Amino acid sequence: MATKSNQAKFDVKKQLEVVEEQFQTLQILNEEGEIVNEAAMPDLTDEQLQELMKRMVYTRILDQRSISLNRQGRLGFYAPTAGQEASQLASQYALEKEDFILPGYRDVPQLIWHGLPLYQAFLFSRGHFKGNQIPEGVNVISPQIIIGAQYVQAAGVALGMKKRGAKSVAVTYTGDGGTSQGDFYEGINFAGAFKAPAIFIIQNNRFAISTPVEKQSAVSSLAQKAVAAGIPGIQVDGMDALAVYSAVKEARERAINGEGPTLIETLTYRYGPHTMAGDDPTRYRTSDLDNEWELKDPLVRFRKFLEGKKLWNEEMENKTIEQAKDDIKEAIKKADAEPKQKVTDLISNMYEEMPNNLVEQYEIYKEKESK
Amino acid sequence: MAQLTMIQAITEAMRTELKNDENVVVFGEDVGANGGVFRATENLQKEFGEERVFDTPLAESGIGGLAIGLSLQGFRPVMEIQFFGFLYEVMDSVSGQMARMRYRSGGRYNSAVTIRLPFGGGVHTPEMHADSLEGLVAQQPGLKVVIPSSPYDAKGLLISAIRDNDPVIFLEHMKLYRSFREEVPEEEYTIPLGKAAVKREGKDLSIITYGAMVRESLKAAEELEKEGFSVEVVDLRSIAPLDVETIVASVEKTGRAIVVQEAQKQAGIAASVVAEITERAILSLDAPVLRVTAADTVFAFSEAEQVWLPNYKDIMETAKKVLTF
Repeated sequence: MATKSNQAKFDVKKQLEVVEEQFQTLQILNEEGEIVNEAAMPDLTDEQLQELMKRMVYTRILDQRSISLNRQGRLGFYAPTAGQEASQLASQYALEKEDFILPGYRDVPQLIWHGLPLYQAFLFSRGHFKGNQIPEGVNVISPQIIIGAQYVQAAGVALGMKKRGAKSVAVTYTGDGGTSQGDFYEGINFAGAFKAPAIFIIQNNRFAISTPVEKQSAVSSLAQKAVAAGIPGIQVDGMDALAVYSAVKEARERAINGEGPTLIETLTYRYGPHTMAGDDPTRYRTSDLDNEWELKDPLVRFRKFLEGKKLWNEEMENKTIEQAKDDIKEAIKKADAEPKQKVTDLISNMYEEMPNNLVEQYEIYKEKESK
Repeated sequence: MAQLTMIQAITEAMRTELKNDENVVVFGEDVGANGGVFRATENLQKEFGEERVFDTPLAESGIGGLAIGLSLQGFRPVMEIQFFGFLYEVMDSVSGQMARMRYRSGGRYNSAVTIRLPFGGGVHTPEMHADSLEGLVAQQPGLKVVIPSSPYDAKGLLISAIRDNDPVIFLEHMKLYRSFREEVPEEEYTIPLGKAAVKREGKDLSIITYGAMVRESLKAAEELEKEGFSVEVVDLRSIAPLDVETIVASVEKTGRAIVVQEAQKQAGIAASVVAEITERAILSLDAPVLRVTAADTVFAFSEAEQVWLPNYKDIMETAKKVLTF
């Protein structure tokens, strides 16, 4: 008897190809700083373009100085950011002050540009609670160490904004490795189910410590993970400031118009190690790959683009660099001047009203501290 | 005053706070139109609307994250995790995140979240429904853990929990939901968190306990009275923080104590209570402080609950050991 069991019921290969086609990389500026997608060009004034460049240069210097201060023992935990300036800063640049940022541990620059004083960012690195005492009116929370937790929390912040009728969004960041977490999926799925104004950004720098993205998942793009939540997913060239800005701006518009969340994957790279805690990228990355990505440097192409428009020159660049160095020096001084933490401080920060056990322990430590 | 079951008292507490404070939001799996799998949120959505009382996708971790985020936006979330055994799915949101929020932000942010979780044995639930995991959360700085044993306590403690500006775990014993009624005032009232209640006065022995074991202990105390022993029963009501003052005062009076919990011996919080008594009242003790607990196995298959769960007979047996030491 003839059977159909050998016949494929579904064209599974086609299925994967069709999905892949839906997630083409959005690029506006190529590596030479040329506009390759005029239609997607964001509406930015000359001053805004210069400001964005300034922030990227400043942040590159901040990274270099942070690495060096870390090596001198003047900073603690530090996750390098060089290479990700377009991804981090152009996305933040598309936000408004009332938008709330839930960063991962590498996303300190976004907080700084959203209003966190630099010396507090340094205190965060050193491990001082004052680094996390975000000033009133600055809508950020300190960097999240548990990978994925910021995603489920972002869904909650966004739902809160929606319930308040606010025209603002919750924005959160994770890396490529973080897309394998359950909280990553739950976060985008909750925001989708509640049609909450959230922007979920995946900064795909190809490595989670030493594990390449290919070992995280068999998907052809991380952006397509949005499909599982029934929300839009966009893949952008994360070394292209204009593409990142444009994608985030659009996602923000959709969100505040009540159309729900967006997942944005930025294709980027970190030039440095995973963190300064002894990671050595030469153990898992080839110099060929490093070189290939250095050609894509977001600063190089944006500089070329602006120079072509006569909006940027060496003098402006040097002025920015000097400004950054001065600010960093001041901020470190200010961080140094912060009083040392005491156990009584830590106890006081636990609850609004101290429970009995802490009342007792507070007295014990107060006595010790007075000696 | 009305005669209410514990579940009705819990609903009343949520209704009171939904009415009192527009920032209170109640959510979880099936808490909306369905009114909760135990009817704890019955009619609340009808009364307060879907904006205030709503269902979530089936994902405990997401529910925890939602509560944290809503709290960051000034809401006062009352989230439900359908059964305590599912806590593991949301352990990071609870212990890793909201418990630390105030501390990690140096007081800039807080998590004014109440987490309601049904638990407890004796009703033949399937796996991972009845486990007593209060010991896990009691070990996390930043949390408060409350376990009422009666309708009156449940209402007053839940109102306090919802008004507290730090995260509170509110554990509801399933066997106590409908097993008896009690006078519960219709008006709002609060019971302070961290305060125990002496449920029966006595002078020969202190039984320190919580949850469903309060009723078993009261029954044991009655039986022991027939044999000539005067037994005091202290219901902890909050297991974190512990009301050390009330515990110690009782032990100093009686000179003998046992600690009774439904959890396994290696779990729960009985060991902490013993340690506190040892540190603070050893000179008042005429006998060692013994514990009544379940055996150190995984929670019993439902047909084995009866032989596995501690009951008043186990309490009497241990009480006599201490009384005749």
